[in-house]
Amino acid sequence: MKLDSKIPEGPLAEKWARHKFGLKLVNPANKRKYDIIVVGTGLAGASAAASLAELGYNVKALTFHDSARRAHSIAAQGGINAAKNYQNDGDSVFRLFYDTIKGGDYRAREGNVYRLAEVSVNIIDQCVAQGVPFAREYGGLLANRSFGGAQVSRTFYARGQTGQQLLLGAYSALSRQVTTGKVKMLTRTELLDIVVEGGKARGIVTRNLITGKIESHSAHAVLLCTGGYGNVFYLSTNAMNSNVTAAWRAHKHGALFANPCFTQIHPTCIPVKGDYQSKLTLMSESLRNDGRVWVPKTKEDAEKIRKGQLKPTDLKEEDRDYFLERRYPSFGNLVPRDVASRNAKYVCDEGRGVSKTGLAVYLDFADAIKRDGRKTIEAKYGNLFEMYEKIVDDNPYETPMMIYPAVHYTMGGLWVDYNLMTSIPGLYALGEANFSDHGANRLGASALMQGLADGYFVIPYTVGDYLATIGPADKLPVDAPAFKEAEQRVTSQIQRLLSIKGTKPVDEFHRQLGLIMWDYCGMSRNAEGLKKAKKMIQDLKAEFWSNVRIMGENEEMNQSLEGAGRVADFIELGELMVDDALNREESCGGHFREEHQTEDGEALRDDANFAYVAAWEYQGENQPETLHKEILEFENVKLTQRSYK
Amino acid sequence: MKINLKVWRQKNNNTPGKLVEYQLDNISPDMSFLEMFDVLNGELTKKGEEIVAFDHDCREGICGSCSMYINGRAHGPQTGATTCQLHMRSFNDGDTIVVEPWRARAFPVIKDLIVDRSAFDRVIQAGGYVSVNTGSARDANEILIPRTVADEAMDAAACIGCGACVAACKNASAMLFVSAKVSQLAILPQGKAESQQRAERMVAQMDAEGFGACSFTGACSVECPKSISLDHIARMNREYLGAKLTSDNVQG
Amino acid sequence: MAWVTQTLSSSLGRKVIMSLTGLFLSTFLIVHMAGNLQLFKADGGRAFNEYTYFMTHNPLIITVSYLLYTSILVHALMALVLTRHNSASRPVKYAYSKPEANSPWASRNMGILGTVLLVFIIIHMRTFWYEMHFGSVPMAEYDGKQYKDLYAVVKVAFAEWWYVLLYVLSMVAVGYHLAHGFQSGFQSLGVRHPKYTPIIETVGRYFFAFIIPAAFAAMPIYVFLQVHGIL
Repeated sequence: MKLDSKIPEGPLAEKWARHKFGLKLVNPANKRKYDIIVVGTGLAGASAAASLAELGYNVKALTFHDSARRAHSIAAQGGINAAKNYQNDGDSVFRLFYDTIKGGDYRAREGNVYRLAEVSVNIIDQCVAQGVPFAREYGGLLANRSFGGAQVSRTFYARGQTGQQLLLGAYSALSRQVTTGKVKMLTRTELLDIVVEGGKARGIVTRNLITGKIESHSAHAVLLCTGGYGNVFYLSTNAMNSNVTAAWRAHKHGALFANPCFTQIHPTCIPVKGDYQSKLTLMSESLRNDGRVWVPKTKEDAEKIRKGQLKPTDLKEEDRDYFLERRYPSFGNLVPRDVASRNAKYVCDEGRGVSKTGLAVYLDFADAIKRDGRKTIEAKYGNLFEMYEKIVDDNPYETPMMIYPAVHYTMGGLWVDYNLMTSIPGLYALGEANFSDHGANRLGASALMQGLADGYFVIPYTVGDYLATIGPADKLPVDAPAFKEAEQRVTSQIQRLLSIKGTKPVDEFHRQLGLIMWDYCGMSRNAEGLKKAKKMIQDLKAEFWSNVRIMGENEEMNQSLEGAGRVADFIELGELMVDDALNREESCGGHFREEHQTEDGEALRDDANFAYVAAWEYQGENQPETLHKEILEFENVKLTQRSYK
Repeated sequence: MKINLKVWRQKNNNTPGKLVEYQLDNISPDMSFLEMFDVLNGELTKKGEEIVAFDHDCREGICGSCSMYINGRAHGPQTGATTCQLHMRSFNDGDTIVVEPWRARAFPVIKDLIVDRSAFDRVIQAGGYVSVNTGSARDANEILIPRTVADEAMDAAACIGCGACVAACKNASAMLFVSAKVSQLAILPQGKAESQQRAERMVAQMDAEGFGACSFTGACSVECPKSISLDHIARMNREYLGAKLTSDNVQG
Repeated sequence: MAWVTQTLSSSLGRKVIMSLTGLFLSTFLIVHMAGNLQLFKADGGRAFNEYTYFMTHNPLIITVSYLLYTSILVHALMALVLTRHNSASRPVKYAYSKPEANSPWASRNMGILGTVLLVFIIIHMRTFWYEMHFGSVPMAEYDGKQYKDLYAVVKVAFAEWWYVLLYVLSMVAVGYHLAHGFQSGFQSLGVRHPKYTPIIETVGRYFFAFIIPAAFAAMPIYVFLQVHGIL
């Protein structure tokens, strides 16, 4: 298989404009003859569904939530980047492009990233027009703040609820199209299979989560806007129900899965407290602007703190190790996410971690409070401190906050070309579900930007090209054999799951998988561990299919059955992630291979051998997958080693 | 901690439900309320019983999925928080906790603690948007919006659509939810063009869904996880009356 | 005129009717109380009877009084409609509910308070209004002019301790009803502003919920004490 990224020819800044002109159009009267299915209603899905319906296509949008408004995009706090240069501080489309490509450690396509930066400005205009209440200056102009990985202020925000406001904007546009009748909205409906026939995506098979009914839906094109797969780690900042099922089942039909091992670990999350823990909560990265990260210098002191014999505030200044400031004097506590996370892990591995579990470091605001006064700190971080206190029951104004890294975002995903089409014609992937724009590491405030760019400003152009090519007649009826076979596959998998009647609840398998992934394919990885993990995952898979216990039946609302299907897919994905991590013999961005580091323990990229996208092709149950390489070409940026010393 | 639970169990909308008692012995005060339910469900599965169905997703107080009526209050004893943000340390060892689904004619029970809140979606579909197609927006800074206006719009826009306002209201009224959207878009210049139509349509849909009328007890605002103010209800009343008296829609 | 019926039958329209009638009834209370203060004059009821005469013969007052009767009826009937609707909005009640944690008692019990007030108004009107219009009230003569001596009726009625008690309790109900109702009426009309709402709340809480009912309650007590020679 030859991977064709379809990056247009020409100078970087003209690629998208030229490409748009080259794309075939569907004339307005013909648009109503095409049906498009949009799976997922987060930022990418809702914006795509609304925009396509506005153009005149018949859209069917589905979500497993009870409402389109609940997608996990809603939880994004910080903001959304856009190269508006409203601050007159030297921002430009090229600078946003450059920061994103560098931040991604040179593992993303130049063409895609440039387009992302280019349309970023339109996103802000669109959202403001929808009534998104972005923060404003007193004079009435939009406010900006700065974010990690950038030296300009280009982040637009709506308090600490930017994701929510952007999603509600897209949801309102979607709701408007539901009223016009151009979007048919299916809630509490989960995709369980994709129908591919004659080399094209033809539709999907879903389960109604209330009645258990298995149904087929036919369309000319299918858009997967189903988010990331961070929940493969069980504990992550993702929502409980976020899953990889749609992407994974597409993968099993031939859609390539790209860079699965690229996961982002966010350094400032509230630490795990016990085995019962179901989810990790992110604390905004902005806290590192004023908080100082430290652990005790000695294991003995750390031990005493863990046992509650010593309070952190009692520890003398000279007994504390401000390890980020010590190792990275110029960036200090503001090193990028991956570096901060890894270092926290190291000190905890040395036995110097705090909290009862030993898996936490301090983020201390005492100096900032002394310097700026409590009022100032309260104004900046009041709501975050409150949230922390609600969860941990500690007052961060008086005792240092405890933080630990947690899985936050997955840069990998379904391989797509410049048109966002997967390797299956007619099947598209948008937002976090695809792999395209963030390389090996995503910058803060860029996820929202990408989801909306894909949905509002890319797919409305690119999907038309495909539809115009195939023509309105190229669609299967839902009673075609391909659909019946898919329904059969889905039904038999459900029956198989229900008939195991083992002893272990689904969650326990998920938790076990998470631990394996976290220990061996998490913040830092090595060949030996990865090989071990592969074996463990295979064993877990075998145990799952012989010992999982699911109560109830299919013909009702059954949350354990829903969970079981998702965990089954996560287990298979876990193995592919391990394979991908093993294959990538370099360290880059979120992927840190212990064998590949500089003398002082920093990530060591290998551009000569690994400047490629690793796209994996499914070969059948328990068969090793085939690797396809899409070589990344850099014509506009110079590849450099990141240094934050 | 030991906890006695009385949980509403109901197989589906056509079957009557009842409160069922469960005992949990090893509950950590640091657990969140939903993690306590995870423990319960784990035990139920091991005993071969069906798990308690409940809506939940983000578990950080923003998606609006979780919806439990705990010991007589929407989202439990804490104010300004959702069920997922409630921790067991808010209870005492040996407490009995009664957990019910939201109760309202417009929110029929689907199963156990899960209710159907699609009425909220239909209210938004009736007019909770600005009619602007993708790509037709002008520059974001072209219309100045004073910070105080943007802040007030944001206060209203913070609504997570959980339905606690309906659950807590003695009349099962959705006024706080509906008014939050009407108000947000009435304040912002972008929403002004359609503000009359919007108020008329959204109120009509709210009534059609079978929600009760507002008697201004203030319970909604107290129980709202985002503490949305009653000011927005007044603004919606104003918008609605103004629309009814001055719009050129004589049909209704 | 479809828009009129539609507006008035919407949940917001119904609340507007409640609000307008309620606020009108509140203003009536001021007039009623001011007039009845004549009872405190130690002139054997002359001022009171002259006031009563004025109230029953002035054409403007007579017109307004019909508006008043209508308001009472509409307010009560609309309350009934709303209460039934609101109750139907939650067909299955909570097994355990703790509303006192989130709202004042009066705001949740306007229907009960209103029912008490309706019963009171009927008794009150039977005792005085009915007697005045259709009963046999003794006559009094001031400056050669004949007046119905309603003051005598008042004295007879308020000589009974249980009747006084009924009045006092009913005035407590008026206080609670208005403590919520007055400010709530403005809310239904959409009148809410950071500058003026506190004023409305203060007026509602102190004047309508306390001073007016207290003044009304003082009347039967005063008459009772006087009739029994304690004052």
